[in-house]
Amino acid sequence: MSTAWVNMRGWLLMLPLLIVMVAVIGWPLVDTVRLSFTDAKLVGTSGNFVGIANYVKMLSNTGFQRALVTTTWFAVISVAAEMVVGVAAALLLNQQFHGRAVLRALMILPWALPTVVNATLWRLIYNPEYGALNAALTQIGVLDAYRSWLGEPGTALAALILADTWKNFPLVALIALAALQAVPRDITSAAMVDGAGAWSRFRFVILPYLAGPLMVALVLRTIEAFKVFDIIWVMTRGGPANSTRTLSILVYQEAFSFQRAGSGASLALMVTLMVTVLAVIYAAVIRRTAGAR
Amino acid sequence: MERRSLFAAILIHICALLLAAVILAPVAWLFIMSISSTTDLISKPLNWWPETVDLSRYTRLLTAVANTEGAAFVAALFNSLRVAGMATVAALLVAIPAAWAVSRTPKVGWSLYAVIATYMLPPVALAVPLYMALAALGLLNTVYGLALVYLTILAPFTTWLLKSGFDAIPREIESAAMMDGARLDQILRLITLPLAAPVMATAALFAFLLAWDEFFYALLFTSDLRAKTLTVAIADLAGGRVSDYGLIATAGVLAALPPVLIGLFMQRALISGLTQGGVKG
Repeated sequence: MSTAWVNMRGWLLMLPLLIVMVAVIGWPLVDTVRLSFTDAKLVGTSGNFVGIANYVKMLSNTGFQRALVTTTWFAVISVAAEMVVGVAAALLLNQQFHGRAVLRALMILPWALPTVVNATLWRLIYNPEYGALNAALTQIGVLDAYRSWLGEPGTALAALILADTWKNFPLVALIALAALQAVPRDITSAAMVDGAGAWSRFRFVILPYLAGPLMVALVLRTIEAFKVFDIIWVMTRGGPANSTRTLSILVYQEAFSFQRAGSGASLALMVTLMVTVLAVIYAAVIRRTAGAR
Repeated sequence: MERRSLFAAILIHICALLLAAVILAPVAWLFIMSISSTTDLISKPLNWWPETVDLSRYTRLLTAVANTEGAAFVAALFNSLRVAGMATVAALLVAIPAAWAVSRTPKVGWSLYAVIATYMLPPVALAVPLYMALAALGLLNTVYGLALVYLTILAPFTTWLLKSGFDAIPREIESAAMMDGARLDQILRLITLPLAAPVMATAALFAFLLAWDEFFYALLFTSDLRAKTLTVAIADLAGGRVSDYGLIATAGVLAALPPVLIGLFMQRALISGLTQGGVKG
């Protein structure tokens, strides 16, 4: 068989996928770019060309700036918490104890729970009148009166971050556990014989094995957290007083609640740009990790 | 590690119990809420354990009597099954040949990176044109339109997963069969695809779970019983004026059941798929 024919056959087999990708991703993305330079509405008028007016308006808009700050807080804190708790859980699961296999199997539960179900569950737990969190905290005497965890700007974002961390730290734990099991036993034993304490064994012997997989998990989780929509929409819809309004929620409101397709598109592209920057970092990290091996 | 002190052993077991409690408590509470009477759920101090087990909400949600929560829930359940099923089949149909081509043809390989890169795109970047296109095609509020849109998520993901599966099958087997005079379609049908069956099953499961879980597009593109999926139905319940918290919890338990069962029983396959990206990069 000639190489030309093999390549030709490869492209032919790729064709259905490429057609689908252009139809449902490529074309909509290009059209979003076009819309971002117009004042189009979601239904009705197809809009006029307005140049970079949408972008200028967006960058000077305090709502956008605030959403950017909220999104960054949400992403940084929830991902950091997931990393710390996830690695701690993985180190624990790498020890010998009774019921280890069962606990490992249970770790899949929060991951398997649909995001919307998780959001609903925590919304019920945080309920201001009958929620389990209020009940538990008053019954053990930490809290005097029931609070509206999702109804107060001071606690709503923290409550969301807790719910998101609970769902996502097991994934980090499973990734870290798989990496831990690749650490050769004799290396840790040798370090122990040489008198290395628990912390220096973790820092200098185990962590280098974890670094690569954890970096990948870190960047992937950051990208996901930056795009966050579902959990916030179900739990607070961006409220109270816009204190949990992230960028994706803002785009939704602009494009679909207010039906301003043009400025919604420019906002959406801004989010895309930021995620792309994160993705480029991701690619660089993977290349470096692959090179180090 | 082999000679562990008693103190360390006790500490490890306490930590393990704590982790188990953190994982289990919220899930267990969801289930308890679903079988507690409404009086138990709104009493102060809260009744953590139901006086009597009340399963009536499960029958209420699963019997489709017109204009009840049951009708809405059963319709949403079937919509979710249809959308996730159709999207999974369609994604595999385009992903299997593409993944094989990428795995066996170095010249084509780079296009996979372009495909995977789209996985990073936020759905909001595509939502407005997709909405306008579905409206123009008359596919808004239909399961077909939603399944089509789900290809944006499922197609890149399954292609990536299947490609690493095909990479693990030695191409020598294929060339040997080719020398014996087998045609390409015979090689794929009789040798490669049967060998790739486990990874195709994993890809199908992942794709189904992704579609089952999806909320953003479903919220935008469906509006009533004809196409609303479970995630939207549950968000409606949670955000609406339903005062029976047990009913919301019951809907959550039922929607979580398929992915949780798949998660627990298919653990090995799922974890290897999940960690693959993390470990191998």
